[in-house]
Amino acid sequence: MADTHEHGLDPELPFITTKLEWLIQWARRSAIWPAQFGLACCAIEMMAMAASRYDIARFGAEVFRGSPRQSDLMIVAGRLSRKMAPAMRRVYDQMPDPKWVISMGACASVGGVFDNYAIVQGVDQVVPVDVFVPGCPPRPEALIYGIVQLQQKINKSRA
Amino acid sequence: MAELRTETMTVNMGPQHPSTHGVLRLVLELDGEVIQSVMPTIGYLHTGIEKTAEQKKWQQVIPLVERMDYLAAQSNSLAYALSVEKLLGLTMPQRVNDIRVLIAELQRLASHLIWLGTHAMEIGAVSMLFYAIRERELLLNINELIAGFRFFPSYIRIGGLREDLPRGFHETVNEFLDRFPTKMDEFERLLTKNDIFRRRTEGVGVVTLENAYQWGLLGPIARGAGSDYDVRKYFPYCGYETYDFVVPTATEGDVYARYRVRIAEMRQSINICRQAIKRISPTGVWACDDTRVVPPPKDKVYTEMEALIQHFLIYSQGFTVPAGDCYVPIEGPRGEHGCYIVSDGSNRPWRVKMRAPSFMAIQAIPSIVQGGLIADLVAVIGSSDVVMGDCDR
Repeated sequence: MADTHEHGLDPELPFITTKLEWLIQWARRSAIWPAQFGLACCAIEMMAMAASRYDIARFGAEVFRGSPRQSDLMIVAGRLSRKMAPAMRRVYDQMPDPKWVISMGACASVGGVFDNYAIVQGVDQVVPVDVFVPGCPPRPEALIYGIVQLQQKINKSRA
Repeated sequence: MAELRTETMTVNMGPQHPSTHGVLRLVLELDGEVIQSVMPTIGYLHTGIEKTAEQKKWQQVIPLVERMDYLAAQSNSLAYALSVEKLLGLTMPQRVNDIRVLIAELQRLASHLIWLGTHAMEIGAVSMLFYAIRERELLLNINELIAGFRFFPSYIRIGGLREDLPRGFHETVNEFLDRFPTKMDEFERLLTKNDIFRRRTEGVGVVTLENAYQWGLLGPIARGAGSDYDVRKYFPYCGYETYDFVVPTATEGDVYARYRVRIAEMRQSINICRQAIKRISPTGVWACDDTRVVPPPKDKVYTEMEALIQHFLIYSQGFTVPAGDCYVPIEGPRGEHGCYIVSDGSNRPWRVKMRAPSFMAIQAIPSIVQGGLIADLVAVIGSSDVVMGDCDR
């Protein structure tokens, strides 16, 4: 809930006072719904992040949606081929605003080891990326760190 | 009243779909809920790995092939290493073979656990995914122990292994092997006699043995239809002929039969792992003694000129492989997983080709699901255990 010092939460009063912008961003960052957008190996680590040991529910981002129309965050997990790039752009366009993108892994970020004809050398050529997570594939902890970074970014940005 | 007009409906499933196991795209022609035809479209994960491998030195290809079938990373690298070693004419020490068998079987368990979790989840048993991944994390711990990497250890190298086993390896593996059978019982209690699961899988997606062979399906799909073909028995490698295990089969050929075959395979894998870990000594030889491929030990590099030169050559130019071609199959989690390599005698491969079981499984999906219900399609894809990274490469 709201920070008591800054926003004057008084237990006697039946209401709280805060900035509307802070409240909106608090709601947005505390319940990020990622789209199920797994491409390759990184998708398995993304599943591991959502599952038993790492349990992303602790950070409020466990609701993986099958439909992009219900999600705020696209985790591009894996290598993006040139054939897949238009489909990914379409999924991104279908997501409602505000929306964020995490580029997970070396392939999604810069093409990784696959510097060849088939792979898009960085998904930031196709969609705007908020957080890059390095690794091949990144550990689930690294992806959780990326999500926490995104939460801080949302917190600092204007509603 | 005018005549009622009926027409079929075309539905596009994928490439972004939660239950197509990656980026498989299926174009369905539906008459109500009945599937008239299916048209798979592949290539959404085409990575050009085989082409990229031609630009790398022989040893550098190991991490690349591990990223093909990413659920069975070390089956890929084992197939590749065995092919190159056959061209080089290397024979491995017994201990290296035993460690390779152990790692390949642990990899099969890890791959089957992901299959079990996702397949059951798509049919509706969501909690299975969490149980399966919980056990898989322990296998990833073993990977991390041997190579410091959860997913793609690159531990199997041409000429042997990367380094000797770490301290505590035997304890960790034995702990897992003691714990895992009880967890298997737990999984089976949840699914094997579960009425909902059986109704969703029995009699669904039937493959006859003849069809399976015609489509090139081997591995658990063919064994669920009555085949007993298993590379480990027919063309043994790494000393599998000295291990005592049976090849589980079923005859019904439906999704439930494939489920039972894979579950029984996991139990057999535990059995093989137990035999392997008993044979492996905690320390010992971890590579062959061929100086063309394996760098000399560090103490010799520091004291002997020839050893220093050899070390430098292996890490700068790499080694050359005699011209020729060969194909070595192994039994991967998805079926016969073979690697065909061509060498022109240089320090880089001329061609690296993987026989991808997922590719065969996907081309057989239309014939399996035609005339079935759309809900059964998800069960069939799950039981085919396709990995798009394996198919598209």
